[in-house]
Amino acid sequence: MAEKRIYEVVFIIDPEAGDDEVMRLSEAVQKIITGLGGSITKTEVMGRRQLAYEINHKKDGTYVLLEVAGSGAEIAELERRMRVNDQILRYMTIRVDEDRRRADKLKARRARKAAKQPGSKKKQSAADADEMEEGYAA
Amino acid sequence: MSSNYEERDNNYGFEREYERAMPGRGGRRMQRRKICRFCIEKVDLIDFKDVKLLQSYIPERGKILPRRISGVCAAHQRMLAEAIKRARNIALLPYAAD
Repeated sequence: MAEKRIYEVVFIIDPEAGDDEVMRLSEAVQKIITGLGGSITKTEVMGRRQLAYEINHKKDGTYVLLEVAGSGAEIAELERRMRVNDQILRYMTIRVDEDRRRADKLKARRARKAAKQPGSKKKQSAADADEMEEGYAA
Repeated sequence: MSSNYEERDNNYGFEREYERAMPGRGGRRMQRRKICRFCIEKVDLIDFKDVKLLQSYIPERGKILPRRISGVCAAHQRMLAEAIKRARNIALLPYAAD
């Protein structure tokens, strides 16, 4: 619990909103998060793209991706604000730190395995060579 | 040997059963066992934002491709399904298409 959680927040802004509107929204989001003790580690405006299905009769929207580190309180607040904002067509928050930790663990295990296997093989062949040499000597 | 994911499931466990079943049916369909491409590429995490990748696992109708067809191992299929569902939620992929 003491550890900080990492979230990925994606939200879709109304296509009719201008660039300055997007900027304003991102700033507001930043304020909410930093105000509650969280921090934004990454902001990426993925740009305007077509929606796979219509949302509120809109066919496209501006995607914004954030990476937030915090306790979870700021996410609750952020989601509440996004829910009431008409300009935000859809939002989704995903907790990623646990999945990433798991991925790292798998990677580490693979690295260990890889380090062990060729290493033992080498040792084996070295031992064979030794034996052979001994054999010649005798 | 490169995979961590249920080696038994995507190797001999299935193949044995498969070979036994085939001669009875007259060896009609002799297909080579497919193997999980995520295991080969050593993917530990499937990102829901990777639309191109996910799209290769949803046929025209928009459904998730079953692993009996794609050959993806169980662990990766779970990750893949999760990612596809997330992508659907934020309209990167369709729930249904026709």
